[in-house]
Amino acid sequence: MTDPQAVATANAATPLVDAGAPGAPTTLDKPRSLASDAWHDLRRRPLFIVSAVLITALLVIAAFPQLFTSVDPSVGDLSKARDAPSPDAIFGYDALGRDVFARAIYGARVSIVVGVLATALTILIGGSLGLVAGFYGGRADSVLSRFADIFFGLPFVLGAIVILSTFRDVVGGDPVGITSIVIVSMAALGWPVTMRIMRSAAIAARNQDYVRAARGLGASPMRLIVRHMLPNCAAPVLVYATIALGAYIGAEATLSYLGIGLRDPVVSWGVMISEAQTSLRVAPTLLVFPGAFLVVTVLAFVMLGDAVRDAFDPKGR
Amino acid sequence: MGRYVLRRLLQLVPVFLGTTFLIYVLVWAIPGDPFAGKCGDRPCPDAYIAEMRDKFNLDDNIFSQYLQYLGNLLTGDFGETFSGLQVGELIADAYPTTIRLALLALLIEAVIGLAAGIYTGLRGGGFLDNLVLVSTLFLIAVPVFVTGFLVQTFLGLRWGIISPTVSSAAPWSQLVAPAFVLASLSMAYVARLTRTSIAENRRADYVRTAVAKGLSPRRVLGVHLLRNSAIPVVTFLGTDLGALMGGAIVTEGIFNIRGVGGLVFGAIVTKEGVTVTGVVVLLVIVYLLMNLLVDVLYAVLDPRIRLD
Repeated sequence: MTDPQAVATANAATPLVDAGAPGAPTTLDKPRSLASDAWHDLRRRPLFIVSAVLITALLVIAAFPQLFTSVDPSVGDLSKARDAPSPDAIFGYDALGRDVFARAIYGARVSIVVGVLATALTILIGGSLGLVAGFYGGRADSVLSRFADIFFGLPFVLGAIVILSTFRDVVGGDPVGITSIVIVSMAALGWPVTMRIMRSAAIAARNQDYVRAARGLGASPMRLIVRHMLPNCAAPVLVYATIALGAYIGAEATLSYLGIGLRDPVVSWGVMISEAQTSLRVAPTLLVFPGAFLVVTVLAFVMLGDAVRDAFDPKGR
Repeated sequence: MGRYVLRRLLQLVPVFLGTTFLIYVLVWAIPGDPFAGKCGDRPCPDAYIAEMRDKFNLDDNIFSQYLQYLGNLLTGDFGETFSGLQVGELIADAYPTTIRLALLALLIEAVIGLAAGIYTGLRGGGFLDNLVLVSTLFLIAVPVFVTGFLVQTFLGLRWGIISPTVSSAAPWSQLVAPAFVLASLSMAYVARLTRTSIAENRRADYVRTAVAKGLSPRRVLGVHLLRNSAIPVVTFLGTDLGALMGGAIVTEGIFNIRGVGGLVFGAIVTKEGVTVTGVVVLLVIVYLLMNLLVDVLYAVLDPRIRLD
């Protein structure tokens, strides 16, 4: 939510590491590129290993929920409503008698899919507009930047509430529709940050010698952008994306908690927390379990983002 | 300086128009009947609908509606709700509470975040540094509404240290706990931002020069290091005030604070478009002006930055 600005300001554009420098004092014979250098550095960080293990586990849960539970998450037995945790259902039952553990497992898929797609859409829109604005500069840059300011000026939660409540009736009760409107509205409010990061990286790269050389050889603007600028500007945006992914998962939960994000036929941690608040005083476990899943997931992505940023930023070494 | 501010103010105009128009279209061009459910169980009488459509210019096209709204806005008229309440008065009732909450949150995040950031930035490594890093990670990962519920349940209901909800008068003492909840996320960012900034600048040439000149550590830290490290933090704090007001919806909902967040959320649910646009317009103005203030502050903090 508020982290876009924080990450954007904390994250400087990464300078290019020259791959052809002779006699580089590395342990390997072959000089490494920035990416493989960062990868080499990453593998030795405990923070990265912990978060990678957590994320792998979550991805497996999201891909194959059947492996972890054989209970249908949408089947409710009212006679078991709000039963405490027992060997049958280790997280207990919710207010409608549905198995909380099964719902938390199945909820992982939607929460992660929403986070990943919203991030991908943000990068796609913001990244391409930022690249174009930074590359061409001048009038195109001013127009695109002011356009981004319009969306940036809207507070995230408030803007999302307005968009979601406007289109709520349009999508109806279809789970795919409900999920995609949440994804699109979060991306619509999030892309300006990516654009700013990409734009400043593109402005820094525009006058580098390799771009001039390619231009001098007669490369078209399209080729310059895609083959030369993009690989060199991608690092800061990818670092931001990792942290933003965690933030989007949290934002989805916040919107669902307010009752305007995802809703019933869809199972996500946010929906579960939202349903839990009515019986919070009598059955706090209903909040605790999905909340714990949510916190661990967001934590894993934020830690991964931290580790990746440190690895890609030679200044921090 | 004066010319710069003027030019920036002029640049704000298209952004302001764009944002407010966007909100206006989203709120008013909703597919669906704005009068559904307004008159209880039966459909609204035709005469009422006709009068309301006329009063809110709903039959004009969206551009002319927006221009009329903007015209009223410039004379300070926020319009009235469907039930005839002045939106300006509703906002005037709710706004002071939200401003006090946001300012308190800003103060909390600035004091705690800066203190933690400066301390850990100067003494990297060690137990306290790791403690701050881990706790900021945790604060970032926990959504605000979970923090809010935990604070309300434990501090308020179980242990009775704070009042679990805020009364309508909203005295400062009752706002402290909600302000902590609202500030928790940004506090973590401020701490990390300050830490990175200080750690980076600590090794800068000008700091070494200042130390070599024999200045006292207090002066090196206070005048040379802090002032130069302040820019990213000031940027964050400035833009955060707007975000805090917008983000107060969740906190205000949990602690039952009668502020702008509750007003606008209720208005969205009941489709009171005039109230929604009014509040968003105000929030956007605050946000844009804070951005301008931050940019002007840059030049004060770092004389190398020339505004003109």
